[in-house]
Amino acid sequence: MRKAPPRFPKGRFYVVMKDRNGEGAWSQDLLPAQGPRARGDGELRERLVEMRGIRKSFPGVQASDGIGLTLARGEVLALLGENGAGKSTLMNILAGLYRPDAGEIHIRGERVRIESPRDAAALGIGMVHQNFMLVDSMTVAENVVLGQRGLPFVPDLRAVKRRILELSARYNLSVDPEAYIWQLSVGEQQRVEILKLLYREADILILDEPTAVLTPQESEELSAVVHRMRGEGKAAIFITHKMEEVMTFSDRVMVLRRGRVVAEKTTADTDPKELARLMVGREVLFRVEKAPFTPGEPVLELRGVSATDDRGLPALRGISLSCRAGEILGIAGVAGNGQRELAEVVTGLRAAKEGLVSINCVETTNASPLSIIRRGVAHIPQDRNQVGAVGDMSVAANLAMKGYRSRPLSSGGIIRPSRFRDLARRLIELFKIATPSTETRIKFLSGGNIQKAILAREIGACGSLLVAVYPSRGLDIGATEAVRNELVAERDKGRAVLLVSEDIDELLSVADTIAVLFEGRVMGVFPAAEADAERIGALMAGMEEGGKRT
Amino acid sequence: MNIHFEKRKSLSRTALVLVPLASLAASLVLTGIILILSGADPFATYRAMFRGAFGSFRAFTETLVKAIPLTLTGLGVSVAFRLKFWNIGAEGQLTVAGVAAAAIALFLSPFLPAWALLPAAVIAGALAGAVWAGIPALLKTGLKVDETLVTLMLNYVAILFSEYLYYGPWRDPKGYGFPGTAPFPEAAWLPRIAGRAHAGLWVALALALFLWLLLARTRWGFELSIIGNSPRAARYQGIAVERNIVLAVLLSGALSGLAGAFEVTGISHRLQQGLSIGYGYTAIIVAWMSQLNPLAIPFVALLMAALLVGGDQVQMAMGLPAAMGFVMQGMILFPMLAGSLFTEYRLKIARA
Repeated sequence: MRKAPPRFPKGRFYVVMKDRNGEGAWSQDLLPAQGPRARGDGELRERLVEMRGIRKSFPGVQASDGIGLTLARGEVLALLGENGAGKSTLMNILAGLYRPDAGEIHIRGERVRIESPRDAAALGIGMVHQNFMLVDSMTVAENVVLGQRGLPFVPDLRAVKRRILELSARYNLSVDPEAYIWQLSVGEQQRVEILKLLYREADILILDEPTAVLTPQESEELSAVVHRMRGEGKAAIFITHKMEEVMTFSDRVMVLRRGRVVAEKTTADTDPKELARLMVGREVLFRVEKAPFTPGEPVLELRGVSATDDRGLPALRGISLSCRAGEILGIAGVAGNGQRELAEVVTGLRAAKEGLVSINCVETTNASPLSIIRRGVAHIPQDRNQVGAVGDMSVAANLAMKGYRSRPLSSGGIIRPSRFRDLARRLIELFKIATPSTETRIKFLSGGNIQKAILAREIGACGSLLVAVYPSRGLDIGATEAVRNELVAERDKGRAVLLVSEDIDELLSVADTIAVLFEGRVMGVFPAAEADAERIGALMAGMEEGGKRT
Repeated sequence: MNIHFEKRKSLSRTALVLVPLASLAASLVLTGIILILSGADPFATYRAMFRGAFGSFRAFTETLVKAIPLTLTGLGVSVAFRLKFWNIGAEGQLTVAGVAAAAIALFLSPFLPAWALLPAAVIAGALAGAVWAGIPALLKTGLKVDETLVTLMLNYVAILFSEYLYYGPWRDPKGYGFPGTAPFPEAAWLPRIAGRAHAGLWVALALALFLWLLLARTRWGFELSIIGNSPRAARYQGIAVERNIVLAVLLSGALSGLAGAFEVTGISHRLQQGLSIGYGYTAIIVAWMSQLNPLAIPFVALLMAALLVGGDQVQMAMGLPAAMGFVMQGMILFPMLAGSLFTEYRLKIARA
């Protein structure tokens, strides 16, 4: 169970102290403040980082569109935004992994050029990436000193170990310096990453979605470490799309959307509901034309389904849902609350540990993916580049990957490449897929066109149920509209559509019924017509109706 | 000026053909330097090599003798490589196949009709090769054991096991101490076409064509290319990934196994030392140079065979070490690996 986030009296320093049972108790930190510290006023404290007008584009995407950012000593800044909002890009620029197209970076008041992670390290900037940068076959101590400059040819590992033990004691980051990385849990590996930065005396720490891989207990421990570092005058920026974390970790929050800063708030002056609204954006971009809602028989039914994620931790906890013919059931929720696992259990890619899944009244719990495909279930997967499409194969081959088992694409085990091409030409025209030819390798198409191709293929194979996971994520407005219209067209044809989305507006404009997932549970199911963004946002943040927390 | 590589939108067909040819040319130049350094005239040496491999009917049939096992093992290796299953165990698969074929030919002749002996020996060889490749395939798909190591280690197991047999229990008592089994009954001899070149040639060529059709024109071939490119995508498309990897690797082992069965039934007519002269390793070069295309494999195998036979001739005619053929083989691989970049990328020169 997750405990209530601490509320810190403003203007004073607190850290979390733990007793032996792991129960958190709050006690005042005795460390002196470094310099004057007035809340919400960065001017009085030393300004560690200032980024001005940072622009960075990738082919087809403006990832950072003139973002400015400041960070003062002793401050924790949260960068909040959806996937693709530009958070990671901005931080990769600060950490020296990307170079900005335009803009200035000032560190401790001096203008600097950060050309590489090494430059960043020299400036005291350190980043803990989402995918840890550790060498599995080496020990903690070896990893900590790996890549350090000015190290003797044979490093004095005993001194390194002593220093690590000192740091772990000081920050309550218990790790055995002699353990090999492969022996450690994900949470422990993250501690090693943080120790690496502390060892190098970094005072500007960047944490990229640090709690995404942690258990709630580990998250609390991390929060204690971050507060301790803040107390010592270090500063941290952490990237997140979870409102809860913003509330527990940060002093100030910057909300990004589509490469721009849409809001900047003092954490104390905001709440998760407001943040959710700012993050997903209020304005409805377009209206989708829909036939009146006339649901038929249930197509997909889930009864008490539980499943674990890739790490074996519970991801779905007793989900019961039903999706009828002619209905779009929207699954709302912040990414990582079980949506991906839900879609995989339905399509047979992940085993359900408990519960029943049935499609058209036939039980399909833990049936093979092929038998579920044969029941007319189509799936637009979350990962379109590695799973939905095969990058190194042609557009024509990718479009044929559902229909190749039967006529007209194959007969008697023999495939007909000319019919692959005919099919491709037809779908390219029908779905307006922009591609140089049917033989172009699909990875050279834009994300929107790859998604249109996947959609074209899956809709062709859809007999009764379409499972779409973040189908419009990262797409531009035109492609987004095309994808949404296709989903509605399937519904109007009388098919059941399970739509997983993080975009509340998408759900409100496309779905007929909305179910909100939080930590693998259904928080509520209601008709889209009766829903509003505020209510969904609150449920997404784990709050029961009426503002009570679970 | 700024030179950089740009990714191509589709694989360049020109580069697919030009890169192996350019690699061959580069290898001739590089080996030429080595020849000059060792005091030989490179032109005379190459002429001698060419004459050794193609200069007479007999020479050409000897080149074919070596091209047959190289084609079969090359096909075998390339099937596995297409699935990114790094089977470097063709040598071992060939050897156990030789043992299995010898066992049939030596011990089953009293029980089988004469016409059935040869087919039984050949089929036993192919099956043995498949089993030998199946071990690492099952370890990989079942327990995620790295296949590179297992296939390599099984080579030594197979070679030492065959040595144990022909030095020990299977040794020909009338062989004057020579390490080898007794000769097979003639019913188990593979017919010859010309010189020592045997009918395995037709089988190898037919299999190259068959494999190309299988990979490019069948449903199973299509599924294999999806698995090879992205196992996760294959699973999502309802393809049984593990089962298909095992099946393809069994096919890979069977092809190398055929090479071994043909060597004992077509060339030596007994199991003896020198069953393979590293065909299973050269097969890796053959597969890469052919860009894993079954139709190119017989031609590349012929070229590699010519280097081997030509190398032997150079030893006799020029007094140079026969290893010169192996030096050239190696020298082809390096530019080949470097050049494969050009099939995926194009060189772009821009003025900054």
